[in-house]
Amino acid sequence: MSALRSVIFRDLLLAARRSSDVLTVVLFFVIVVSLFPLGIGPEPQLLRTVAPGVLWVAALLASMLALNRVFAADHADGTLEQMMLGATPLGMVVAAKVFAHWLVSGLPLVLISPVLALQFDLPQELLGVLVLSLALGTPVLSLIGAIGAALTLGLRGAGALLSLLVLPLYVPVLIIGAGAAESAASGLGGHAQLFLLGAMLIFAGAFAPWAAAVALRISIE
Amino acid sequence: MEKSPDIPSLEAVDLQCARGERTLFKGLGFRLRGGELLRIGGPNGSGKTSLLRIACGLLEPTGGTVLWGGENVRKLKEEFWVRLLYIGHANALKDDLTASENLAVACALGGIVADERRIGGALDRLGLAGCENLPARVLSQGQRRRVALSRLVIGEDTPLWVLDEPFTALDAAAVEVVQDLIGGQVSRGGAVMYTTHYEASIRAAVSLRIDLEEI
Repeated sequence: MSALRSVIFRDLLLAARRSSDVLTVVLFFVIVVSLFPLGIGPEPQLLRTVAPGVLWVAALLASMLALNRVFAADHADGTLEQMMLGATPLGMVVAAKVFAHWLVSGLPLVLISPVLALQFDLPQELLGVLVLSLALGTPVLSLIGAIGAALTLGLRGAGALLSLLVLPLYVPVLIIGAGAAESAASGLGGHAQLFLLGAMLIFAGAFAPWAAAVALRISIE
Repeated sequence: MEKSPDIPSLEAVDLQCARGERTLFKGLGFRLRGGELLRIGGPNGSGKTSLLRIACGLLEPTGGTVLWGGENVRKLKEEFWVRLLYIGHANALKDDLTASENLAVACALGGIVADERRIGGALDRLGLAGCENLPARVLSQGQRRRVALSRLVIGEDTPLWVLDEPFTALDAAAVEVVQDLIGGQVSRGGAVMYTTHYEASIRAAVSLRIDLEEI
């Protein structure tokens, strides 16, 4: 357990000392989301309709932007080998790393999204559903992305390959995530989608770290 | 010298390693017991690092097996790794962390909880007193190697050490310290397997040597 705590603490400390990386992701999210109302024009009904989709797509792209950083640095300096030869199973170390990664690249997006949603004149009762869907969905994106990042570790052109690998897996999360706020807006309530996202999170949380661990062992040989 | 019976032996059986098209070695076998020192020699590219990585279970051999106490290391996994201390040619240091933070993380990963005093003591032993709170970024190549090697001080109870070129970039004083540490480990009944180009003089009751040749 102390190993996991120290991995999470270390990754947060590294993120704090290199805060520009974190800011890039958040800034990207803010810029993309803010450009839409400017581009679409001040039509409140239209903005309200596209808001959940825009926020979700921006969050998905921002999370992809940060993906190849999950393991790359540890691979380059040899820390990854030490993690593989550690006393803690690699899958748990990967889970700790993904959690730390989400704290610095996913959680800020969730927290800032209600403010950005104001630009779209989103009704207050939908804000809660949207934030909740992002809070459940962005960790799923990080977990799935970790598998892709592990598979493409150390390859040339890893960035493009990584996007191709994870995008098909991201699409269901996007559809269900953005669907939550949309169906809440139409009066159906977003519960079904939120439960589905929750189920996805549990499933990905249980399996993705182990899949990523296996992929890492293959990548490092 | 007394051999402690509770340390299983590391045994390589008929190892073969191919990287790409090239066969680096085949039919290689050895047995390393507690209290023994094994030095791997050979020219660049002869497969020394690959052999160490195979012995650790990082790399799957093309043929043959590595056994720890009679069981395959790739099956034992954490059970084996908790008793192994591996220092590769990469130092596994983070530029943005200080020397002591780096060492603390490395120990935690290895399953050793080390308090601040122990970490300070270990860095001190390697001649890094005063550098504990400097970020690794500003340390010289030799000092970075010393930080990585200070794990040896804390990992005294780990029965098997596998060290890849431990003496690179070190000055004479640090080489002396590392040789003492390795000698101490062997006399405590631990086993050490290492590669080097440097003619080290380490006191050990049983000193084995394998020289890999280019095939």
